[in-house]
Amino acid sequence: MYNFNYQRASSLDDAVAKLGAASDGTLLAGGQTLIPTLKQRLASHSDVIDLSGIGDLRGISADGGGVTVGALTRHAEVAASADVPAALAALADGIGDPQVRNCGTLGGSIANADPAADYPAAVLGLGATVNTNLRSIAADDFFTGLFETALNDGEIITSVTFPTPQKAGYAKFPNPASRYAMVGVFAAQMGDGVRVAVTGAGPCVFRVAEMESALAGNWSADAVAGISVSADGLNSDLHGSAEYRAHLVTVMAKRAVAAAG
Amino acid sequence: MAENGIGASLKRKEDPRLLLGKGSYVDDINRPGQAYAAFVRSPHAHANIKSINSTAAAAAPGVVAIFTGDDMAADEVGPLICGWAISSKDGSPMNMPHHTCLAQGKVTYVGDHVAIVIADTQEQAKDAAELVEVDYEELSAVVGTADADAAGAPQLHENAPNNTCFDWHLADNKADVDAAFAGAAHVTKLDILNNRLVPNAMEPRAAVGDYERSTDSLTLYTTSQNPHVARLVLSAFFGIAPEHKLRVVAPDVGGGFGSKIYVYSEETACLWAARKIDRAVKWTADRAESFVSDAHGRDHVTTVELALDGDAKFLAMRCSTKANLGGYMSLFSSAVPTYMYATLLAGQYTTPQIYAEVKTVFTNTTPVDAYRGAGRPEATYALERVVEAAARELNIDPAELRRRNLIQPDQFPYETPVVHTYDCGDYGASLDKAIEIADYAGFAARRDQSKAGGKLRGIGFSNYIEACGIAPSAAVGALGGGVGLWEAAQVRFNPTGNVTVFTGTHAHGQGHETAFAQVVADQLGVPVENVEVVHGDTDKGPFGMGTYGSRSIAVGGSAIVKAGEKIIAKGRKIAAHLLEAAEDDIEFTDGNFTVAGTDKALNIGEVAFAAYVPHNYPEGVEPGLDESAFYDPLNFSFPSGTHICEVEVDPDTGTVEIVNYTAVDDFGTLINPMIVAGQVHGGIVQGVGQALTEGAAYDPDSGQLVNGSFMDYTMPRADNVPSFNIDTTETPSPLNPLGVKGCGEAGAIAAPAAVMNAITDALGTENIDMPATPEKVWRAAQAAG
Ligand SMILES: Cc1cc2nc3c(=O)[nH]c(=O)nc-3n(C[C@H](O)[C@H](O)[C@H](O)COP(=O)(O)OP(=O)(O)OC[C@H]3O[C@@H](n4cnc5c(N)ncnc54)[C@H](O)[C@@H]3O)c2cc1C
Repeated sequence: MYNFNYQRASSLDDAVAKLGAASDGTLLAGGQTLIPTLKQRLASHSDVIDLSGIGDLRGISADGGGVTVGALTRHAEVAASADVPAALAALADGIGDPQVRNCGTLGGSIANADPAADYPAAVLGLGATVNTNLRSIAADDFFTGLFETALNDGEIITSVTFPTPQKAGYAKFPNPASRYAMVGVFAAQMGDGVRVAVTGAGPCVFRVAEMESALAGNWSADAVAGISVSADGLNSDLHGSAEYRAHLVTVMAKRAVAAAG
Repeated sequence: MAENGIGASLKRKEDPRLLLGKGSYVDDINRPGQAYAAFVRSPHAHANIKSINSTAAAAAPGVVAIFTGDDMAADEVGPLICGWAISSKDGSPMNMPHHTCLAQGKVTYVGDHVAIVIADTQEQAKDAAELVEVDYEELSAVVGTADADAAGAPQLHENAPNNTCFDWHLADNKADVDAAFAGAAHVTKLDILNNRLVPNAMEPRAAVGDYERSTDSLTLYTTSQNPHVARLVLSAFFGIAPEHKLRVVAPDVGGGFGSKIYVYSEETACLWAARKIDRAVKWTADRAESFVSDAHGRDHVTTVELALDGDAKFLAMRCSTKANLGGYMSLFSSAVPTYMYATLLAGQYTTPQIYAEVKTVFTNTTPVDAYRGAGRPEATYALERVVEAAARELNIDPAELRRRNLIQPDQFPYETPVVHTYDCGDYGASLDKAIEIADYAGFAARRDQSKAGGKLRGIGFSNYIEACGIAPSAAVGALGGGVGLWEAAQVRFNPTGNVTVFTGTHAHGQGHETAFAQVVADQLGVPVENVEVVHGDTDKGPFGMGTYGSRSIAVGGSAIVKAGEKIIAKGRKIAAHLLEAAEDDIEFTDGNFTVAGTDKALNIGEVAFAAYVPHNYPEGVEPGLDESAFYDPLNFSFPSGTHICEVEVDPDTGTVEIVNYTAVDDFGTLINPMIVAGQVHGGIVQGVGQALTEGAAYDPDSGQLVNGSFMDYTMPRADNVPSFNIDTTETPSPLNPLGVKGCGEAGAIAAPAAVMNAITDALGTENIDMPATPEKVWRAAQAAG
């Protein structure tokens, strides 16, 4: 890795200040994406500002209509939580391996917006709200492209608020090598309608309107069995062509609905 | 049997050390004042080097020295060699390209070595390496095995027209074999690929070159499977230092699988540079470097044809293969696709005539060499796929077709039409046992059950044979090998009665420290914990040929037994003197020299003490109890067996689940059944990896390795395999003193064919190549309907 200054933030304000003062600073949460990137010399930063000392950003709290998960909450904590929707806990439990789940954080995952990451499917599929030091951003507005989000420079995710679904399920077809999602589908029946979010298949997590309306009328795996997404613009690589990914979206959507019960 | 001797499933002595982090790997070794090396590597698959400017790099913090190919040439460092000469069909010698340690003028694959940068710290060396400016003239690249020799393909080496190294056949018998095909009742033909594998030993390669000014001698600490061979090559061919001024130490090594047989550029450059700068030079590969610089394995394109008569007896076989050598010839790259491959095509069968031809080609890819099984997995895959396909075409049960063609137990020694003479075996016994364990009879019902659940179930056989215990030196020499393949051992009783055993083999996961100690404990009657096995240091113990080709117990173990016999013979003389008996009256059992028919006895420990404190000692006998032996095997050994794989395919996603895997192997005598089971497990998993998940993928245009990290290169994992059902049959080899055959490679040899035969059975099509990834399986399932 290239040399950088390591700084430990004592509070959210301190982190904002340190990030603002750095010429090319970045935040460190669980380090599960950032550290490998640095080690492989794929990125170089003047400063790495470690958030892990900010206790306020960690933890899970349930309130009336949903649950708020702090940005620094580890995947393992979400997986073990009885307060989060079961589908979200199951999703977190399927991320990486125990080491990754015990280091990696919700905030780091969605800030990074890897097209194959699992969490974006739940954030979009549950219509969550991403809270930052500056504002609250609706999930539909948060993920904007390949490794792109609505976050501005220097903006820090503090938590994510998930509304409680009536029913929800997640089905993931893992990439055989990385075990990230080659295709992951999150299907949820919310108070105000059905949401179906797909990760892994495209450059950015996306919703499938046709499946949502089919499921609104008939919440069953059969309802989505005949609905396929277009392969145009989907990811294509060694592990799966766009056509195969498009096919898997339907298969995983069926399984997500079946898992939701 | 002595307690914990031959046949005991003793826990491995080395494991507590290795598992508790107490091992000493090359990266754990640090020499005073050591500097660190980083390599400038080619980012291009094929390019001419117009110039190298290291001015900026040399000025970077901490930089000690930067050397290029020209600097090594000025010191007359010899080119990297291939140690096995093969001739083409027309008698012409193979076209071995000039392969300098660091490139001179040209690079032929991504990762090829351009310069070594040495600095005070590893990070400084890496930083500076990025500052070396290399002006490349990019050339178009060829990476595919099939098209490497096509007209108009980019040419890699001037002395290898059409990128061809050699166009070889095992024997000039094509006309006879063609005639047999012409008279056949049935011919089955398959076009198959044997995918290219990245070895991915857990420990990356590493080296510390160290120069000792006072003696003008060099030491190389290196991740080697064969430190003595490394010393020989570094000395005799590369000219780094004469053998008596060079020590090579291979301490704990974390897996090799063949990839640590060879002597590579990095290790050579570190050693050479240590003398240049008069400081130790250390290099440890990171995983990305390992992917592009460790010799890869396999990479064949093959057409195989089997001719059968009206009774489904095999009449003849034709096998035509193109094998990819990569950018240059690695150390044994010519032997692997020829004599390690074509000579195994008879398998377990009585096929009377076989024609095998192999063309090797250069491509802009990482060099290819031996990888666990080395040639034998490729042979087994071609043969067992075509046999299974023939059974399906003829609508004969695949087990029955095999049974009809097996060499029978009373036919040994059995001379095959492809060089080898098998010593012993009972192939039917393994087949029968495997069929029973796998509940083959119940398969049809299980298939129906899967079908009811929307899944496709298939079962596949693999009856493999391998030539291990390599190898009789004269035979190797006659086939073009540049070395002898005997092994050496030294058994040293220490004065207090414990034993130090030196072996020329090297363990990097095989458990020699335990298995060899069991052999010695068994033979000499000393407790196994009093036997220490020492290997991996050319300054300790005798010259030896190292570990590969499942040779260590059959050849190295036999050498130990021979040395032990000398210990007993000498001990008998000493005991006879002390017991005041005739030498002929002394019997040796369970560690005691006894005067026959009496209770007068001396333990071997007491005899050893007398040998070192020879106050009362036989005349004319030398003091000490320390004997050496060299053992040159009489033949290869031929482990064999039957593996049966059962899979369930999800046609919706193409996912393959191995639901049942049975392996019945004949390794001859088992020294430590638990270690053998571990070797079988690991081998099967590697074979499953080849069949289902692994395969180096090169971009056909840029020549970049697309899956050069674990994020994209799919190693098999625990959840890719079931709990295995393994068992053995035992026909001890009559040709070595232990009756052993070797077990290290069997799983990797047998498994790919078993898995693919199961998948093709489930899908009802032969048209799928390894690795059978979900998308490929899904597409094949679609196509097969
Ligand atoms: C072996 C392995 C397997 C994995 N498998 C999976 C998988 O199956 N599925 C999956 O979804 N993921 C997987 N991951 C990724 C993992 O989930 C990481 O947790 C995630 O990518 C990043 O989270 P982190 O906390 O480690 O973030 P870091 O690596 O610390 O940071 C990532 C990026 O986010 C930024 N960032 C971090 N926190 C914040 C914040 N609060 N506000 C704004 N920006 C922030 C950082 O500056 C950095 O740019 C895997 C990772 C590894 C190493």
